[in-house]
Amino acid sequence: MSGVGLAHYLTVAAILFTIGVFGIFVNRKNVIVILMSIELILLAVNINLVAFSAFLHDVTGQIFAMIVLTVAAAEAAVGLAILVTFFRNRGDIAVDDASVMKG
Amino acid sequence: MDLQAIAFYLLSAVIVVSALAVISARNPVHSVLFLITAFFSAAGLFVLLGAEFLAMLLVIVYVGAVAVLFLFVVMMLDVDFAALKEGFARYLPLGALVAGALVIEMTVVAVAVARHGAAAASSGPMTTTPGVTNAETIGRVLYTDYVYYFQAAGLVLLVAMIGAIVLTLKHRTGVRRQSIADQVGRTPAKGMRVVQIKSGEGIAP
Repeated sequence: MSGVGLAHYLTVAAILFTIGVFGIFVNRKNVIVILMSIELILLAVNINLVAFSAFLHDVTGQIFAMIVLTVAAAEAAVGLAILVTFFRNRGDIAVDDASVMKG
Repeated sequence: MDLQAIAFYLLSAVIVVSALAVISARNPVHSVLFLITAFFSAAGLFVLLGAEFLAMLLVIVYVGAVAVLFLFVVMMLDVDFAALKEGFARYLPLGALVAGALVIEMTVVAVAVARHGAAAASSGPMTTTPGVTNAETIGRVLYTDYVYYFQAAGLVLLVAMIGAIVLTLKHRTGVRRQSIADQVGRTPAKGMRVVQIKSGEGIAP
């Protein structure tokens, strides 16, 4: 048995998740970096799922990781489409003062 | 320290450093490139865990599609990215506080789960069953037990595709386009007019 256990993988995923949340905090205006931070968070989730799948000897975690991957791709496509439309309407992507969709 | 541990620590260090670079790079193009590096290293971690199919899927879907999409959008938008960076220093202390608390909590939970959870008695990562590849194992489960989830994932992708097209498609008015039906249906009667002109007079408009 090698020295790398489940805790190591979970810790890497936790650090990656935290970096993603931190990125949303500090880049409040830049919506492109916010979308990339969300991708990092979903990658951390995938690492968790695959690590548990490998250490529990159950392939179901990898199926879930595939579904998370699908949703992440769909989210990126729609998010970037909204971003392009937003840029066309306003000529800017600063989102901290974006309130045109307010009811 | 064996080779697997060295690979793990190397890939993890690359993931963490490039993830930090993603959120702190001044140029968004650099952010996208560091994101690609992070995904490649995560694919390496998946290979270490014995999930080769997902590793290849990560490289193909993320690096091949999502990162390129990001790159296209970043290069297409003409935005002053330096101005978008100005809140960085102001939110840094609060963000660092929240991030520090979060990472400590999650690490404590992760270590506790690894020591006392369901995987505590695990004998290490799944080794491949003789004669059955990782992709075949996934296929056997995905197309039987999880076939409805698989179909739902397809529907999600379809809706996302239609949504992205509807959002970004723009019909511009005042653009003259080629109409092949009109061109083919053109007859001499429609296309020209024979005018008898009396000598010495001009053509009436």
